[in-house]
Amino acid sequence: MTDQLLDNLNALVTGLFLLTAFGIVAMRQTRGVLNLFIFQSILLALSALFLGLRYQSEHLYGVALVNVIIKPLILPWLLKKTAPEEVYTRREVNQALNIPTALLIALALVILAYFLGQPLLNAVAPEFRGPNVPIGIAGLLLGAFTITVRREAVPLLIGILAMENGAFLSGIAISRKLPLLVELAIATDGLIVVFIMGVLTRAVHRHVGTTAVGELANLKENVSVPAGSEEAG
Amino acid sequence: MSIAFILGMPLIASALILLPLKQYWAGVITVVSSLVILVLAVRVALFVSTGKIVTSALGIGLLKWVSVDGLSGLILLLVAFIGTTAAIYSVGYMAHGNFPPRKIRIYYINFNLFVFSMLAIPILAEPTLVWISVALTTLTSALIVSFEDTREALEAAWKYVVLSLMGAGMALFGFLLLFSALQASGSDAAFTWSGLAQAGPGMPPALLQVAFLLILIGLGTKVGLVPMHTWLPDAHSQAPSPVCALLSGIETSAILYVILRLFPIMQATPGAHATTWAIVLGLISAGTAAFLLLQVGDYKRMFAFSTVEHMGIILTAVGIGAAGADYAALQQIISHSVTKSFCFFAAGAVLLNLRTRKIASVRGLIRRSPFTGAALVFGGLAITGAPPLAVFLSELSILRAGLSQTDYVAMGLLSLFILIAFFGVMLKINQMVFGLPDDGVMQNTPYDYTVEHKFRLPFTCRLAMILSAAPVLVLGLYVHPATAAEPADSGR
Repeated sequence: MTDQLLDNLNALVTGLFLLTAFGIVAMRQTRGVLNLFIFQSILLALSALFLGLRYQSEHLYGVALVNVIIKPLILPWLLKKTAPEEVYTRREVNQALNIPTALLIALALVILAYFLGQPLLNAVAPEFRGPNVPIGIAGLLLGAFTITVRREAVPLLIGILAMENGAFLSGIAISRKLPLLVELAIATDGLIVVFIMGVLTRAVHRHVGTTAVGELANLKENVSVPAGSEEAG
Repeated sequence: MSIAFILGMPLIASALILLPLKQYWAGVITVVSSLVILVLAVRVALFVSTGKIVTSALGIGLLKWVSVDGLSGLILLLVAFIGTTAAIYSVGYMAHGNFPPRKIRIYYINFNLFVFSMLAIPILAEPTLVWISVALTTLTSALIVSFEDTREALEAAWKYVVLSLMGAGMALFGFLLLFSALQASGSDAAFTWSGLAQAGPGMPPALLQVAFLLILIGLGTKVGLVPMHTWLPDAHSQAPSPVCALLSGIETSAILYVILRLFPIMQATPGAHATTWAIVLGLISAGTAAFLLLQVGDYKRMFAFSTVEHMGIILTAVGIGAAGADYAALQQIISHSVTKSFCFFAAGAVLLNLRTRKIASVRGLIRRSPFTGAALVFGGLAITGAPPLAVFLSELSILRAGLSQTDYVAMGLLSLFILIAFFGVMLKINQMVFGLPDDGVMQNTPYDYTVEHKFRLPFTCRLAMILSAAPVLVLGLYVHPATAAEPADSGR
């Protein structure tokens, strides 16, 4: 394959990556968010593959392999094992913001990401420039935004993992020679995140009877702080 | 070799706890393992204090990224010390709580894994691996923050995990940028703290600056810097007290250490303003926490806010950016760690005694339990910087270093915040320990003041408190010749 074709394919894949990041912000069904995340991880792996072919870097094949095995396969299985069954049937109706507003803010964040990415791109060698860095930053910001607007346990978890995906999408372009062992360790870390948050969700579900963990926030001040003293915490 | 043992010990202990022994053994194993770690850490610290650097002799796999120098040796020693006192305290605390044996086992397993992840932070020298250790500290401690399984504890754990991991995501991108900056510099230095410092001047400033800010904000979330601190008072007050001692006493400092590692790298970059960021964030944290301290209604949250304040003070000291100030910042890390762990042990003793976290429900503690009351007063005085205790000396050296750098505004604000925090904390502790029961407030307290009932704290809890009070006193009375000398003016 020619370099031009690989660059175009990479651009296509990263573009789709950005779309999935938008979907994760706005999609209501928990199962849908999970599926979008899986699709996003496959896109990340494809981008690593195309960049690997483009620059003959075996190392990036490793990244692609790690991503394609751990995120779409092991991760949903682990989530199913740990989190209560109910999380899949949940449909999130009361997000902190309504969907059109959330999408508009998300759009603004993407534009911000391009502005943030520009000085970084100017600082690196031309071969590292490409759509990966700004879209990766956008993925990172949209993941963070997902965490702030979502209340259900699984979309929150996916927001965290999507931030990591965003960081990696930039990472495979600019820090290509990162030791594979480190990548593997970071991916394993993602699995532990899923395990711990799944267990916590189960505990919340058992003791509080909901998986909308974001809604726990209002209870805090009334329960543990006596009336008359307010705290920002 | 001892480094490998230090990292291996908590893992071995966790595995041993899985064996079907009597639940009593889980505590014993944890205490023994942390004592072994402490002895090994002292050995390593003595070795690195001569200026040498410990690296692993084995050049394979993860071990080639192991390296301990003076700064990491100090953090290692603090983790080991507070890990030991918290393990000893846990024995009494857990035995007193009527928890089912299975939960106690889970507690000790997580406790050991938590200590493992914190030990890994100073021992590893490869930034992305350090990032993994930082993320692991969150993940291993999440289940012990929610240990009591109440609605509030679960909420605290959930906030803790979500916000810390959100910060970790930011920091991950920062570390990847750091790696690409190293590659862009064309230097063939290894991707370790020392390699980065070496390659510092050649790295593109744009990349370094963004990387620094992302890491400062990302890991700052875990350190509890305002405005990313919102989870901290929740998690640090809902966790069982020995875990609070670890979370507040050392986890925050260990992660601040990772941020400190960036300063030598940033120093070579012109116009990076790393120290300005440190001073601004530090002062905002110290100031906000000092004012929030005035209105807390929960004594464990009070100590948690005091942690935010101290992290701000340390960061401000780092931001002053002179040799004397760096020394003072480290002194403050030491004194804060030992003092704050003592404070949470004392708070835990009050909680064991009265089963309430509300300041308004605790009055006349000194009559009910003289030991606990005295410990709380001692802890309050120590953490707010009363002489002749450790925090007083370290805060004094920070102010002295700042004034010698003519940072008058910053030092003026800092001393104001320290003063406010002193009154905020001591006012509440005074009410709790010496105050008379007030009928209006006391109506729904869980215990009866009219009944004369002395409470005896478990022996291991007392032991842990005495052990951790010792350095608070010693570091307040003993002044190392290097600190007594005038701080050098010549930059770092």
